[in-house]
Amino acid sequence: MEASSHNHDEYLLEVRGLSMRYGQRLIQENLNFHIFPGEVFIIMGGSGCGKSTLLYHLIGLLRPYTGEILLDGQNLWEQDSEQRARLMRQLGFLYQKAGLWSSMTLAENIALPLREYSNYSESELRELCEFKLSLVGLAGFGHYYPAELSGGMQKRAGLARAIALDPKILFFDEPSAGLDPASAARLDDLILELRDSLKATIVVVTHELASIYEIADRAIFLDAESKTISASGNPKELRKTCTDPRVREFLTRAGKLEGF
Amino acid sequence: MSRRASQTRHEPDKNAVLEISAKDKQGAELIFAPKKNCWLVVESGEPSAESPIRARVAFRGQWLQTALRPGLESLVLPEGLQELELHCAESLQWDSSLLIYLRRLEQLCQQRELLCHRAALPPGVLKLLDISRAGAVAKAQLGRRAHFFQRAGQRVRRFWQGSLEILSFVGELSLSLFRLFLGRPGFRGLELLRQFAQAGPAALAIISLIGFLMGVILAFIGAIPLQWFGVESYIASLIGIGILRLLAPVMVGVVMAGRTGAAFAAELGSMQINEEIDAYRTLGIDPVRFLVLPRFLALTLMLPFLCLFADLLGLLGGMVVAVGYFNITWLDYYDTLIRTTRLADLWVGLFTSLVFGALVSLCGCFQGINCGRKAESVGKAATDAVVYSIVCIVLATAVITYTSVILGI
Repeated sequence: MEASSHNHDEYLLEVRGLSMRYGQRLIQENLNFHIFPGEVFIIMGGSGCGKSTLLYHLIGLLRPYTGEILLDGQNLWEQDSEQRARLMRQLGFLYQKAGLWSSMTLAENIALPLREYSNYSESELRELCEFKLSLVGLAGFGHYYPAELSGGMQKRAGLARAIALDPKILFFDEPSAGLDPASAARLDDLILELRDSLKATIVVVTHELASIYEIADRAIFLDAESKTISASGNPKELRKTCTDPRVREFLTRAGKLEGF
Repeated sequence: MSRRASQTRHEPDKNAVLEISAKDKQGAELIFAPKKNCWLVVESGEPSAESPIRARVAFRGQWLQTALRPGLESLVLPEGLQELELHCAESLQWDSSLLIYLRRLEQLCQQRELLCHRAALPPGVLKLLDISRAGAVAKAQLGRRAHFFQRAGQRVRRFWQGSLEILSFVGELSLSLFRLFLGRPGFRGLELLRQFAQAGPAALAIISLIGFLMGVILAFIGAIPLQWFGVESYIASLIGIGILRLLAPVMVGVVMAGRTGAAFAAELGSMQINEEIDAYRTLGIDPVRFLVLPRFLALTLMLPFLCLFADLLGLLGGMVVAVGYFNITWLDYYDTLIRTTRLADLWVGLFTSLVFGALVSLCGCFQGINCGRKAESVGKAATDAVVYSIVCIVLATAVITYTSVILGI
């Protein structure tokens, strides 16, 4: 991989020899990649190839079968619980179905992590919730419950909660799933704007080609058959240069997509 | 300034620092002291008599959510200002805590109609402030909470619409019942059989347990006042009347509300979510006739049989206690039971259970068919079905008991 020219200290997140299993079933093996600070990194691949599973490994919800995942040079699974929680606080996550707590209003959803981990006063918390909501275009919706919002609005509210603690890395699991093309494009714009202004690193799992070409700096392709990474690099260049037939098929929509 | 802010002076690099400075007419440096709400000359530390019209607000240090920061409430701008220049130090570290401060500052400037120069802020900060302002415009158009009276009105309307829905549901069901009697059932026979099996034999185990234990418990509790008068032998009549008339139908009704009524709501509710019910409607098949009617018939017709079964086991449970604990012979028990309990008690109980069957299936099916489209709606429909069923059971018991007392049955 093109990684060899870089110093390991530059990596924000590094994955070494990772293999993932559910019980005895092998999902992916021998995964090696790294993510630089400030880039938009995409994990792509066909349905059922283990993209979301990899994401859950990266944020420390699932334990690697073998191999290690280093966040800022530290292995999440080798830390004591306090240090681990401190590291995990630097990660923001937007779940596929937003994952908002349904018994709380949007403002309470956002305020909960802030109340736990920061020293804001109550009036600052109110102001901050309103600010985060206005960043995702939901100003004034703080007193709404998740069930009262449309799917797209829930996604954006989930994003507001994900950025509540100003995380270093933001993870998105299929951000455009269930959104119409216009809303999906707006969410892509928002992701890029937040990356630029918050200086956050973005990791996205998706198979939406439009999103992939629009936002990706670099990407890896998880192959369901060989059960490992079959290509990595900028998707636009991969489409031109990659020789792996399955990657080409994916990136050109089985040959039907032209002119990107 | 707050306690947090005063601490910032000792460790300027670790904490968030905010400084408002200006120059007086002679060009001497002034600094604003928010606590005293006056300008100080930097060199001498003395208060200045001037009130400059142009000032500079500088942010330094670490504006991070874990650092010590000036409180948002303590933000005070000097009087007499007309222009404000915002500035961030090169080494400034910032996160959202700086942004909410800047937002408050901008609001203050707007209120006091101050000119605010913010070009010197970091580009990321400017961008985020702009995005949030664009979001704030949407607020005026979208996110306004309804007025109290408006909400109250909406509630009354919803209640009225809900009542109409129930009425129309009962109406549709009556129509399909009518068609059934005309010989056009409109559902599959197999479906009806399946529902009968679900509502009847499948419930026998739990009904046996509950029925038997009801008899045992009632015998023990009922014996207490009877012993005061030395007439324990009347346990049989207590059991007879108590179980046949009231306890068996009510307990069977409640158990079936939790078991079958909730299942109806959950089953029909998930069909609603999967758009199965819409699929019936678009094909011109009435879901009430096709799905609700068999369930309604099955539960309504099976409940009296379940109740009869619970009656028998309840009487048996009472007998076990009477014979085993209070030394009444089983012949005495049988004799007292036959002498003091009328057949009417049994009929009233069975009729009551028939009514409960209708009510429980109505509540379950209504909640299921009218279940919302969200994932959590199914759970709510099932819970509501049980709650409404039990309320209906208690109300119906009250009405039937009162009526039968009046009529002397």
